[in-house]
Amino acid sequence: MTSKKEWIAMLLAGGQGSRLYTLTRKIAKPAVPFGGKYRIIDFPLSNCVNSGIDTVGVLTQYQPLQLNEYIGNGQPWDLDRLSGGAFVLPPFQRSAGSDWYTGTANAIWQNSGFIERYDPKYVVILSGDHIYKMDYGKMLAFHKEKGSVATIAVLEVPMEEAPRFGIMNTNPDLSVYQFEEKPACPKSNLASMGIYIFDWPVLRRYLEADDADPNSSKDFGKNIIPAMLAAGEKMYAYPFDGYWKDVGTIDSLWEANMDLLNPAVPLDLYDPSWKIYSRNPVMPPHYVAPGAMVQNSMVTEGSEIWGTVDFSVIFAGVTVERGAVVRDSIIMPGAVIHSGAQVEYSIVAERADIGAGAVVGSRPEDMDDKDKWGVTVIGDCVRIGPGVTVEPKSMVDRDIRGV
Amino acid sequence: MNVTDYKMMGVIFSNMHDDSMGDLTELRTVGSIPYGGRYRLIDFTLSNMVNSGITDVGVITKLNYQSLLDHLGAGRAWDLSRKRGGLVILPPFSRTVAGGAAGIYRGSIEALAGRLDYLRSVDARYVCLSDCDVITNLDFKDVLARHVETGADITVLYANMEMRPASRDLAALETGPDSRVLDVTLNPREGGSMKVYLNMVVLNRELLIKLVESCYTHGEYSFTQDVLQKRLRDFHICGYEVRDFCVRVSDMQSYFAANMALLNPEARAQLFPPERPVFTKVRDEVPAKYGLKAQVENSLVADGCVIDGRVENSVVGRGVRIGRGAVVKNSILMQGTIVGEGADLNYVVTDKNVVVRTGRALCGYTTIPVYLQKGFSV
Repeated sequence: MTSKKEWIAMLLAGGQGSRLYTLTRKIAKPAVPFGGKYRIIDFPLSNCVNSGIDTVGVLTQYQPLQLNEYIGNGQPWDLDRLSGGAFVLPPFQRSAGSDWYTGTANAIWQNSGFIERYDPKYVVILSGDHIYKMDYGKMLAFHKEKGSVATIAVLEVPMEEAPRFGIMNTNPDLSVYQFEEKPACPKSNLASMGIYIFDWPVLRRYLEADDADPNSSKDFGKNIIPAMLAAGEKMYAYPFDGYWKDVGTIDSLWEANMDLLNPAVPLDLYDPSWKIYSRNPVMPPHYVAPGAMVQNSMVTEGSEIWGTVDFSVIFAGVTVERGAVVRDSIIMPGAVIHSGAQVEYSIVAERADIGAGAVVGSRPEDMDDKDKWGVTVIGDCVRIGPGVTVEPKSMVDRDIRGV
Repeated sequence: MNVTDYKMMGVIFSNMHDDSMGDLTELRTVGSIPYGGRYRLIDFTLSNMVNSGITDVGVITKLNYQSLLDHLGAGRAWDLSRKRGGLVILPPFSRTVAGGAAGIYRGSIEALAGRLDYLRSVDARYVCLSDCDVITNLDFKDVLARHVETGADITVLYANMEMRPASRDLAALETGPDSRVLDVTLNPREGGSMKVYLNMVVLNRELLIKLVESCYTHGEYSFTQDVLQKRLRDFHICGYEVRDFCVRVSDMQSYFAANMALLNPEARAQLFPPERPVFTKVRDEVPAKYGLKAQVENSLVADGCVIDGRVENSVVGRGVRIGRGAVVKNSILMQGTIVGEGADLNYVVTDKNVVVRTGRALCGYTTIPVYLQKGFSV
């Protein structure tokens, strides 16, 4: 038995993120690059360590190679500890048979042995697909103060968007009396952020009971929370008022990156007391050449900018050649935009190569039919030949020969 | 030959040439002088050693080495935080001929004499000695291969450089057709193109221990003067030419030039080849952010910067802020410098955390850049 911890975190990072299409063809969603030098999972991991959580189980299943390598021993997040630290937890075989993680609750249940090793009072359940900065310590204080056994972080969303979320209906003291998954007529606009704190002994009971139920879909939102409410467990909604974004779709991923360029968006990455840690690239500072123009953009070390970059997020080791134009786009690590190419409203994935004079995506204002407009995505390592035009809203996952 | 027969260890002298650097080393060692926006000078020789397969590196310090310790830590950033070997910081012991206070050694031989215990403790056949004043990217395995091939006792590294007359702290080599070193001259009066000794050598470890013992008992302390010059005829000393990008920092003027050299794409390609990365301490900075009116040309910009003004021909270190309407030209801004709105800098070197307030103007010249010391506020 290892030492007892007051709380530990379990990070659900096994999802495929199928709505990111080609971006998650070879990597799990939490490993998708974000914000110039991060991957999505850096946000919950950094939140954990900044909140004082020193033990994090990362549950992986879909395409785990890159995620495993990225997390490694947890050192970049200061999670290489003598007792505890970061652990990658894939499904494993046991004497009574083995199974993939069949749902979020099942994934935690299958790892109850891991949790028991630390005998924690509280378990924080997180997901690996949200961009936000949050002090889980404050949430735990709230949980204790209310005498809650299950606390769910909630965000006020516009009422018209509420039907897209899991909605918590609360009493004035923030105790939850009802949970509704994507209600057609929402009674409240408090959306679940997918962040839970449970009293572990209580959660353990419900997970065990849920596991025995063959009709359950083994999901926190669909099964565990309703079961706890039905049994009258004390459940509270913890209101969060900072920036939070689910980056599960191409559009939301693009928007969340662009939010970093907007001074009005309350997500301050420059706060030294709440740094977002990541595995840093080993590259020289980026270079901006004579004649280049860079405005309203983020640029990461190792890049070489010879062309024009406007309203874009440029990751490490990107080359934008002379005469190339990148606007309103996200260019992921190692991609090359050759001379004269034009990339607009696009996500260009890792090590993709956009040939000279190619035209990728377009601005909505340049479209005759606005309905055909959308963010264009070029998959990782895809080569777009010289002079090729890639229509807006396309999703390119194989090479296109030049003209 | 067995792989272990080629095993090499490294010894780095962090404080050699401290005196010639002036203000830059007032509060730090030569090894911890910031360079190229995100590096310290020691990163280059340390990364070269690591990329050459060296896993035992001792760093001999002297004075003012707090910043060096902060930077190196346990050596993790260079993958030198090991159970077997790895990075060892060697603060000097008081065992000088002069009998002075701890650490007041006069040259590398005397420094090594104080730390022979380390040299004796590592099981490596060869030693690579290096100061921190030279910036280049090379594979010491190639040097060792040549060393073995020529049968030299000592292989010294040099580069052809254009030097000013009466350059200080400089040793020039004369080599024969078989690359054998024929003469070593110190601080030559004449300027011009010369084979400049890079303060890096490769030799057999046992030989080094013997040399240190011999010099020490004869009251000698300098590797350049007492080994390379005095014992030139006693040993087979060969030169190894570094042909790729290679610059030497010996004073403010050369420091300025060495930074500006990085604005050349060819120089960067040679100094930062992807297969031999230059490691440095991780600071977890955010990517640099360019504002609505930013205008940047021919400049290197590190992570963590927020740029709203104009920058030309400059090297901008980590976390520098440049306000709206500010103009920065031909300057080196070290980590954390803040340039206020409308300020105007030309040929300026700001040390760490300098603040140039709104509207201030400073102008130097390429040979005499204006230098603002650490934490200074204008």
